[in-house]
Amino acid sequence: MAVSESEQRRGVVAVIEPGGHKLPLSMAGPGAMGKTGYWRTQRPVVNYERCTGCYLCWLYCPDNVIEMVPGKGPRGQDIPVIDYDYCKGCGVCAAVCPVKAIDMVDESKFLAKEKEEGDGNA
Amino acid sequence: MPKLLAMRGNEAVAYAAKYARVEVVAAYPITPQTIIVEKIDELISKGEMDAEMIHVESEHSALAATYGAAAGGVRAFTATSSHGLMYMYEVLWWTAGSRIPVVMAVVTRAMGPPWNIHVSHEDILATRDTGWLVSMAENNQEAFDLTLQMFRITEDPRVYLPGIVGLDGFILSHTVEPVELPDQETVDEFLPPRRQPYVMEPGEPKAMGNLVPDEYFEELRMDMQQSMENAVKVIREVGREYAKYFGRDYSELVECYKCSDADYIVAGTGSWMGDAKIAADKLREKGYRVGVMRLRWIRPFPWSDVREAAMSKKAVIVMDRSLSTGHAGPLFLELSSALEAKPSMIGVPAGIGGVDISYEDIERFTEKAIQLVEEHGRVYIPAMWYHLGKIFPTYPSSNVKLD
Amino acid sequence: MAVNIKKLPKKPYVIPGHAACPGCPESMGFKYLGMALGDKAVVVIPAGCSSVIQGLWPRQGFGLPILNIVFAAAASTASGLARALKRRGVDAQVVVWAGDGGTADIGFQALSAAAERGEDIIYICVDNEAYMNTGIQRSGLTPYGAWTTTTHTGKKQFKKPMPQIVAAHRVPYVATASVGYPWDFIAKLKKAASIRGFKYIHLHAPCPVGWRFDPSLTAKIAQLAVETGAWILYEYENGKLRLNPPSNRLIDPKKRKPIEEYLKLQGRFRHLKPEDIEMIKKEIETNWEDIIRALKIQGDL
Ligand SMILES: Cc1ncc(C[n+]2csc(CCOP(=O)(O)OP(=O)(O)O)c2C)c(N)n1
Ligand code: SF4
Ligand code: SF4
Ligand code: SF4
Repeated sequence: MAVSESEQRRGVVAVIEPGGHKLPLSMAGPGAMGKTGYWRTQRPVVNYERCTGCYLCWLYCPDNVIEMVPGKGPRGQDIPVIDYDYCKGCGVCAAVCPVKAIDMVDESKFLAKEKEEGDGNA
Repeated sequence: MPKLLAMRGNEAVAYAAKYARVEVVAAYPITPQTIIVEKIDELISKGEMDAEMIHVESEHSALAATYGAAAGGVRAFTATSSHGLMYMYEVLWWTAGSRIPVVMAVVTRAMGPPWNIHVSHEDILATRDTGWLVSMAENNQEAFDLTLQMFRITEDPRVYLPGIVGLDGFILSHTVEPVELPDQETVDEFLPPRRQPYVMEPGEPKAMGNLVPDEYFEELRMDMQQSMENAVKVIREVGREYAKYFGRDYSELVECYKCSDADYIVAGTGSWMGDAKIAADKLREKGYRVGVMRLRWIRPFPWSDVREAAMSKKAVIVMDRSLSTGHAGPLFLELSSALEAKPSMIGVPAGIGGVDISYEDIERFTEKAIQLVEEHGRVYIPAMWYHLGKIFPTYPSSNVKLD
Repeated sequence: MAVNIKKLPKKPYVIPGHAACPGCPESMGFKYLGMALGDKAVVVIPAGCSSVIQGLWPRQGFGLPILNIVFAAAASTASGLARALKRRGVDAQVVVWAGDGGTADIGFQALSAAAERGEDIIYICVDNEAYMNTGIQRSGLTPYGAWTTTTHTGKKQFKKPMPQIVAAHRVPYVATASVGYPWDFIAKLKKAASIRGFKYIHLHAPCPVGWRFDPSLTAKIAQLAVETGAWILYEYENGKLRLNPPSNRLIDPKKRKPIEEYLKLQGRFRHLKPEDIEMIKKEIETNWEDIIRALKIQGDL
């Protein structure tokens, strides 16, 4: 294959061709460690009445499981919605909330109660 | 027009990096490699080579920076020797395992203590298990030719492993020999733009080297082993192509000198195999049919070539310029396994730490080995150390008594 | 550069389901790194917690390209990578994200050399004050008195003054930061990215596992470190030192919270005797004296 000098010059991007190999590469994506919500012993529960939509819990959550939903609060404020599939229950969000709008509740008790209420409805 | 110039082995390697249009070089001085770094730096500062030199503070960083540049998508090169090579050892594994093509020259030298800057193969042979291709030059022209080919071989999608070109300290690195330098245009035709399996750059958020399940880890290693097998084919192809462009054929991983009619084969690697050829001729004058088998490639190990050349011979005498202390010479071990130890096998550790070995020495220990075979029939002598004209039988014990 | 929290990028640079312990300061810090630099960043990570936090193939939990590398080689690998991308004309910012061990101990030589060469990279030391990945062993950045699994009676030496050591290389930008003050860290990252040459940011990163505190307190403890003066926020721009808020209001020791408030929340300091606390206070005072002296020499105080 003849290649002109300019083609060989600096700035030419390497030709990327995986060549069918198995490679030690991973792609960004959720659940690299599975559904880490199972690690949780404490569950953060947001009191939207109290929440001011200040974004601090969103900012500090080390697992990035909080999404701020614009304008959906009872007073039209942005509110945090937690992805419990992945929330590890560390409680950082509750600790940084300036208005104590997040309660950490015992996960097993919460689940038991939820089940009870669920059964009641059935 | 190609031009014939007199130059040292180290300069030949530096020129090969220039002709390959290497873009980033990171290296650290160590005798007897230093001239390579100095020469490349000179070529860059004179504007003859369009590359960046990263003046790193150690060999660990030299290979890491070379690897970083290669992962970033450019052709990158480094060179080292002995303690420098050991210092970068973990990075050798990292580079190979990440499948990023990189080319490195290793100027062979002894490992201390005591300090010794002379030739020995213990440094380069310690890279055997790392996943790098490993070749050894016999002369300066070959050092140039192998370096140029190594870029094309390592960047072949069937291979995608880094590669080492070995040249013997002082014997080649500091000795002036005629070397033919090609035209840049011909090199550009021979060597396509760099290819690699992936590039680390902004965009796709991929991670190289995070944790994997053990099963996948093992599969990655299996892929590397398969690529080594592919490399045998690629080396032959590229070697044949090289002959088309430059007139010198490298399609053989093993060079056989008068092997076909030989009863006895002297095997080994590196520059002293030139002397082994003279010794073979001398022994032929005495009526012994001796041939020489030079391993141009250590990895991939030229399994079938070696078997074809030597399996049916009476004896194989393996010259090893290093020792796996507590066992035998590394090449002896490798050749014994490839040949199923069917011929008589005699391992000769010799010339370690730069002790001079002349063709007369080779003639002497080869003749001794041949006599043992003729006297006893089949012999298996892992380490018949040859030191200053004398034979020293050492551990492990052989099947015949040596004096 | 003021940072409006609500306007920070929503794109996930730390992705749910990664492998960090609950309350991890390294994943917290990495989020800010992504928010500040966005998709221009390529990150080199040496051995340490952050190599593990990425999680298991075929996924990884960081939203940026990551080149993992051996423990000692982050700065040199990043040097090569930055040179290559620059030669290819790729618009990128190469970042090193290394632990305190990877920075102050095993990676120190490569870091110093890259700083001396003026490589165009941002080097971030994520300082959780011990080798957490291998199980809480002391490092050159473990503070006086702290228990680790290799300092059972508390470390008897002080922390290496890394930011000053790097600043002594006369690089264009050196800063301290804290996971308790994301806006400050983000602003510093943005500033660093706008400067060519070697940039160093030392990020204080309290680790619940290694420091023995409740995982909910990561950010709070980071803030307490600053409020008590144990960690000082400042930056050197071309050698000129400036204190950043809130540290700029804490020059007077009376304005700082008592150090005990910071220490008592951490199990690693539980065994401290009054004389140990005196030593810790002395270390803090020495750090402040250095800063005050430098500000006076500059004529800023
Ligand atoms: C050459 C080498 N020595 C030792 C190790 C083992 N090792 C892996 S991570 C680590 C400690 C990391 O500590 P630090 O840099 O502080 O990062 P952290 O884990 O706290 O994030 C050690 C000792 C290694 N990977 N490589
Ligand atoms: S408990 Fe922790 S992981 Fe869960 S939302 Fe709060 S900060 Fe995030
Ligand atoms: S920190 Fe508290 S007030 Fe602020 S958004 Fe979160 S829950 Fe609402
Ligand atoms: S040990 Fe500390 S720094 Fe490491 S992953 Fe766990 S919380 Fe994060």
